[in-house]
Formats: sequence, C-alpha cells, structure tokens
Amino acid sequence: MIGISDLTQVSEYEWLIPRSYRSDMRVPVRLFATREMLEQIADDRSLEQAVNTATLPGLVGEVVVMPDMHQGYGFPIGTVAATETPHGVISPGGVGYDINCGVRLLASSLELEAARPHLDQLATLINRYCPSGVGEEGVVRVSVTELEQVLREGARWARKKGFAEENDLARTEEGGCLEGAQPEKVSERAKQRGREQIGSVGAGNHFVEVDVVERIFDEKTAQAFGLQEGCLVVQIHCGSRGLGHQVCTDYVQEFQGAVKRYGIHLPDRELVCAPLDSPEGQSYLGAMRAAANFAFANRQILAHSVRRAFEETFAGKLKGWELHQVYDICHNIAKIETHEVEGQRKKVCVHRKGATRAFGPGTPELPPEYRPFGQPVLVPGSMGTSSWVLVGTEDAMKRSWGSSCHGAGRVMSRAKAKHEVRGEALRNELEGRGIHVRAGSMSGLAEEAPQAYKNVDRVAETVSAAGIARQVALLRPVAVIKG
Amino acid sequence: MPYEEIQHTADWGLRIWAGDLPGLFIEAARGMNTLMGVQAVPTEGAIPAPGPAESDTGQRSPLRRLILTAPDVEALLVAFLSEMLYLVEQEHITLDNLQVSLFPGEALWRLEAVGEARPLARVQKLIKAVTYYNLHIRSDEDGYSVEVVFDV
Repeated sequence: MIGISDLTQVSEYEWLIPRSYRSDMRVPVRLFATREMLEQIADDRSLEQAVNTATLPGLVGEVVVMPDMHQGYGFPIGTVAATETPHGVISPGGVGYDINCGVRLLASSLELEAARPHLDQLATLINRYCPSGVGEEGVVRVSVTELEQVLREGARWARKKGFAEENDLARTEEGGCLEGAQPEKVSERAKQRGREQIGSVGAGNHFVEVDVVERIFDEKTAQAFGLQEGCLVVQIHCGSRGLGHQVCTDYVQEFQGAVKRYGIHLPDRELVCAPLDSPEGQSYLGAMRAAANFAFANRQILAHSVRRAFEETFAGKLKGWELHQVYDICHNIAKIETHEVEGQRKKVCVHRKGATRAFGPGTPELPPEYRPFGQPVLVPGSMGTSSWVLVGTEDAMKRSWGSSCHGAGRVMSRAKAKHEVRGEALRNELEGRGIHVRAGSMSGLAEEAPQAYKNVDRVAETVSAAGIARQVALLRPVAVIKG
Repeated sequence: MPYEEIQHTADWGLRIWAGDLPGLFIEAARGMNTLMGVQAVPTEGAIPAPGPAESDTGQRSPLRRLILTAPDVEALLVAFLSEMLYLVEQEHITLDNLQVSLFPGEALWRLEAVGEARPLARVQKLIKAVTYYNLHIRSDEDGYSVEVVFDV
C-alpha cells in the first residue's frame, strides 16, 4: 500500500505522487497537506484512491488533493481532477452521490450578546422550519411540472416563488443554476424521491448551524462579505437529497457498460466514466446539472426558512436580524470551466469531490462587489468546533484548478465514533459550552462527534500557508440543528 | 451473523459471507437493514413462508416480487441492494423472508426475488447509496464472500 515514503515533499504543505509511481497513472497527484495530516490518513486508502483517480482517460495537469482528504469510494474525498474537453471523461463517482452537496452562508448584524436570550427559541424554530433527519419530508411540495422547472432553473425557480432575496442568486455559485440541465435525463424514480424532499436538510453530516463571527483575519474582505465580529451568521450544509443519490446510482450502474463500450480500463469500478462527447457522457452531464439545480433550489428554500425563523424570533425585539447571503458553494460537482493548461486557456471538466471552488480576485464569475477580493470559500468544521470563511486566490487558479478545501475531513470511522462517544453525553457537553443542540438521533450525533474529524483550524491554516486560499474569518457555533 | 461491519473512515462497510450466491444476496440485504436500524411493524402471530402471489390472503403481508438484470453478478448485487434501499426510503417497506434466485448469463445476469412487504416501524439512519468500491464477490471451499461500501 502506498505510504508517505512514496511521496515527494515539495514544501512543508505540499507533496507530490509522481506519475512514475504506478504505470497506469496518466498524471501526477499533488497533495496539499502537512506530514501530520498524511500520517492521520496513513491507515486508510485515501492515497491509493488518489492514485486510482489519476488513471482516468483525458486527465490534464495534475490531480489535486486537499488537506481535508479522507477515504471515500472511487475518488478520495477532497479531490479535484480536470479532464480535457470534449474527448476526456466525466465520472459520476467523481462527483459523488450527493450531487451539489454544498454550503450556504447567511450573515446578520445581530450581536451575539443581544441575541443570546433568544437563541433557544431560534434553534427551535429553525429545527421546525428546516426539517432534518431520516424520513423527514421537505417544506415544499411540487407538482411534476414544477419539479421539471426546479431541475431546469434551480434557485431561479425559488426566486420566482418568493423564496429568495435580491442578492441571493448573484451570490450563489453559477447564479444558482447550471445551464444545460436536462430533466428528461433524470429517471422517474429520482424525480419521485425529489418531489417529497425539496426544502429539507437530510441526515448524516448535514446541518443548519448558527455561529458567531469570532475573529476577523482580513478586515477589508470581511467587510466586503458583510461579516462583522461578534455578530451572528448561519451555515446551511446539504445537497440534492434522494434525487441526487438516485441520479448517481442510475448512472454509475449505466456506465458499467459504457466503460466496456469505450475500451476504458480502470482500477476501481466506482470510477466508471464515459467520454464527455459520448451520448452517455452527455446524458449524465444533463442529469447531473439537473440534480445540482435541485440542490441550489433546496438550499435557497432552506435559507428562506431560516429567515422566517429569525423574523419570528427577533422581529420587534432586536434590530439587524436581516440575513444577507454571503455566498453559496458546491463541493460535489463537475463543471466545464476555463483554466490555464500548459500555457493556454482551455475548457476543461473540473470534478470537485469534497472540494470547493476558490476563484481568485478579478474572476468574471464573481459578483462585482466580490471581484476585487476573490470568492468566499466556506469551510464548515465538525460539530461544535469552529468553521472558516476563506477567500480564493490567484495561486489557486494556477495550482489547484481554482479550488480549496471543503471541511475538516474525517479521521475516525462512524462505528468507532459511536463506540467511543455517547450522543447524550456529547449533547450535554455542547450545551454546557453554550451551544444549543437540536438533533433527531443521538447515534447520529455521536457519529459526527468532533473527535471523528481532523482539526479544521489546521486545515484552514494549511491551505492558507500553501497559498490556495486566505483566511478571512473564524466562526464559532452557538446553535446546531441536525437530523 | 453472516456479516460484520468493516472499518471505513467516512462511510459504512460490510463484510458478508454465505454458502451460496442467493444466500449472499439475502445476507447483504439483512446486513444493510441492520446498519440502517430498520425495524418492521410487528405482525400478530407467526408469518407464513412466502408462497405464490395468488395464495396471498388478507392475514399475510403482501408479497413483493423483484426482477432485476445487470451485466454481471457484482452489478446485480448493487442493483438488488439499491432496490431494497429504495423500498425503505420511498415506499417505507422492507421485505421479509426473502427468497432469491439468480440466473447467470453471458451478457446479462438476472435476479428474481420474492419477499413479504412489511411496513416500517422505524429507520434509524439512511444510506445514500450502494457503491462499487472494491466490490468483488469471492468464492472458496466455504462459499461466497463480499465487502460492500455504502455512502452515508
């Protein structure tokens, strides 16, 4: 099994697996991590999965792996891989089952100390209006026709229905809608699952969290993002729910035949892929974009629900409860983007599996008010620990396909976490630290215990030291709502 | 139990074994249900073994038949477990007293299964999907075994 001794150290925060490591690698793998982080994942198969990813046909440049990397299935979590267009491949497993899982950040000018007496009520109302957990249905029911619109239009549909405020869409990656979505490429089964779940958080590591801006690291950028020290913000972490899971399941199954038809040999069947310009590749791209739009609409409706909870909690009591959107990012996605490849600007298909787009200053895709600074990069920590707002850099554009980390990254299996942590004890500990907890399942809470994750501060410091993002603000949780 | 949980940093994994291939499929479904904490609504009295659909009576859980095809046996296992997941999440049922028949083919494997559809009393945790990661059904003198990783 591959180990640290097989890696070439480039700097304190950067490592390389050369193409010569294994004969089927098509490109090298660059890892942004400290030695300590690599030692943490030495016992799992992350590095082997990164090498496997580097065998995909049509890859360009390097496969890039972030410091929050951990073992997944197919791609390791925390990977960015770009393939040439139009003949390179697209891999459904390289996007993952939760298509467009992502994070939205809303910010207020409500000071924590003023809001503190009302936080318990706020947590209760968010829990009521943002259904989470196993079997919970969404707050919005859509007809078959409406669902087609959701899949085609994403957050734009939500805005038409009154679920969005003026700046929300401009401050969402891709404006909250991936063009080229093809609802007709989404199976009826996936649509059935989606119809009941729009406007719901789901379970697992998904959550809504109220935080306070603990510390500002970059005043000007924080000001541009509307972040004020000591004030409340809200993170929403969820994705495309059962609809996305079903789309990925359908296409991973269908692509088992495609790899044979196109003569593609892979070390792992979860990496199945098809050329972007093949009928199979085009179908998946259309379906994946539709699922991504579902997720954009889902987070938009949840943002609306959070605003409702804030309004009912604070209206008439405190001023400054308006929640403006800082940004909404995807961390499981494949997108056609223009990047520099061997000195030329080229369109490539960027797979981000557990990695966040982190476009630097001057990028035309950003809203005008953010363009001088760069894109907000939202990095939620593990439950009860800090989270980070970073900003994309020019270096990220050159070295990591305009990408950065997406979270803390697990280091402990769910089984071990449940064995070592009691959900009730964890809840009591968090409550003792002044964090209001609403959780549907105590075992689910235990699985997401902070000790099951890497230290998110080290992750943020690593990408910052490596130059692929910059620290803007540190967030500390005051209320956690999860399934 | 003919299955055990295996370590995986982020997701869930099961090692499953059985004397024959149909048994491996049935145990995989049982193991997956155990991971999810699936509990069916208790029935009154003993549940009769599944018979043909036409012998169904109001006293029995209704029979549910599945017919699935896939290019090989591993793909068929993924399709079968994905179907069972769908029934739990979308139809809120689980299939008890499963009987599975497998029909190998040159280009296509076929599965026919029948089980008693039981409404769910409780599900503790849902699995997002059944993956192909490192999925190899192995056989030796003791029978068949496989490791399955689930995205959660």
